[in-house]
Amino acid sequence: MLKFTEEHEWLKIENGVATVGITTHAAEQLGDLVFVELPEVGATFSKGGDAATVESVKAASDVYCPLDGEIVEINEAITADPSLVNSDPQGAGWFFKLKLANAADAESLMDEAAYKELVG
Amino acid sequence: MDGSSELKKTPLHALNVSLGGRMVPFAGYDMPVQYPAGVMKEHLHTRAAAGLFDVSHMGQVTVRARSGDNTDAARALETLVPVDIVGLAEGRQRYALFTNDEGGIRDDLMIANRGDHFYVVVNAACKDADFAYMQEKIGDICELTLHDDRALVALQGPHAEAVLAELWGDVSAMRFMDVRACDLHDAHCIVSRSGYTGEDGFEISIPADLAETVCRRLLDHPDVLPIGLGARDSLRLEAGLCLYGNDIDTVTTPVEAGLEWAIQKVRRTGGERAGGFPGAGVILDQLENGAARRRVGLRAEGRAPVRADAVLATDPEGQDIVGTVTSGGFGPTIDGPVAMGYVAGKATAPGTHLYAGVRGKFLPVTVVAMPFVKNTFKR
Repeated sequence: MLKFTEEHEWLKIENGVATVGITTHAAEQLGDLVFVELPEVGATFSKGGDAATVESVKAASDVYCPLDGEIVEINEAITADPSLVNSDPQGAGWFFKLKLANAADAESLMDEAAYKELVG
Repeated sequence: MDGSSELKKTPLHALNVSLGGRMVPFAGYDMPVQYPAGVMKEHLHTRAAAGLFDVSHMGQVTVRARSGDNTDAARALETLVPVDIVGLAEGRQRYALFTNDEGGIRDDLMIANRGDHFYVVVNAACKDADFAYMQEKIGDICELTLHDDRALVALQGPHAEAVLAELWGDVSAMRFMDVRACDLHDAHCIVSRSGYTGEDGFEISIPADLAETVCRRLLDHPDVLPIGLGARDSLRLEAGLCLYGNDIDTVTTPVEAGLEWAIQKVRRTGGERAGGFPGAGVILDQLENGAARRRVGLRAEGRAPVRADAVLATDPEGQDIVGTVTSGGFGPTIDGPVAMGYVAGKATAPGTHLYAGVRGKFLPVTVVAMPFVKNTFKR
């Protein structure tokens, strides 16, 4: 199940665990990323919490936790090479895996068609 | 509020949009922050080849003595800046500062001697205030004209001379801070060998109606890419150059900012025309005795950029605060974070280890000499 947030994140949900990243649209808007800070495995966040930070040449931006949950895996490849987020934002540029506190919460998020309508 | 309908457009706005510029509001203008190449490539391309910047939002002012004697205009300008203008030769340009009565900086600017008048370039955000201030202070002696009828572009980078030489062969005779009039593609232009990137290059004032034609000719050259405000900022930061409003403002003095080099001996204590500019008491005293704080360069030890407003401490707990970052970001040529900021006298020595507050953590940074990237001016 692929879901999207208004904060331009995508979630690929399998067995109650969401792989989370930023959308192609968000990566284009941010421009060349030079630094990514990821949460620690085991950290828990509420929906809307500051889970990660991305920095372009010009500015820093927060990546919010899309739903309540616990971080169970992080993608160290993007901290080593932040440009992966620009080159493959919805694949190899994923940020973290989130064990959802309540899998049904995902129902409230947008599907791909709704997200495409949002970003035009 | 959207406000985009109220934004002003430069004479190159249509060209900037047609080149794919991502337009943002800046100093009241709709300006390109980047083009499709992106900030990183634009920055590196400028250092490797040549970049073309639209800086038409800046204020171009001519200052002409009502007496017809250009020395009268020079003397009038010297009442506003701590800089030797009387001694500025025809065809030469100098960096200058409008100071205030407290020794702070109202704006930084360029002043060129054009023989029968002076040509001044001020910051976009300050230009209306600067023009009104100049009118008030020296309007009785000088006729002042703000040239919204001219565009201003910067052509910067190691290939800039070769690119411009294709339109104007005499360009190679110019050296850093020379200013010449010339015809580029039948447009009567004013060219200075200067810029805001640390690279060799030129700033070119062009009549507004011919600006797009001249720029398209420059962009036809395979070595030239259009460059947006994003890379303009990262280039000037690596070059250690101040951004007015960030690194210098009405409460920073030229000495605190490390801009003593802009104040020639003739305007200092003991000089033939010492003082006579706003804030002279404070500034001349600081030139003799130093200032309590100073602008320094900072390199972070990690990869996380340290940005403006981060506090600087001598200890990793952030207990002993000694300063603040005024500009910071990622330097694509350095391939790492670079920043500048003000620190107390005890922390100004290169090699001093400090800690910058970033998102609740204190990250190690080191005070370093600037520029971060060696400049390549043709002196």
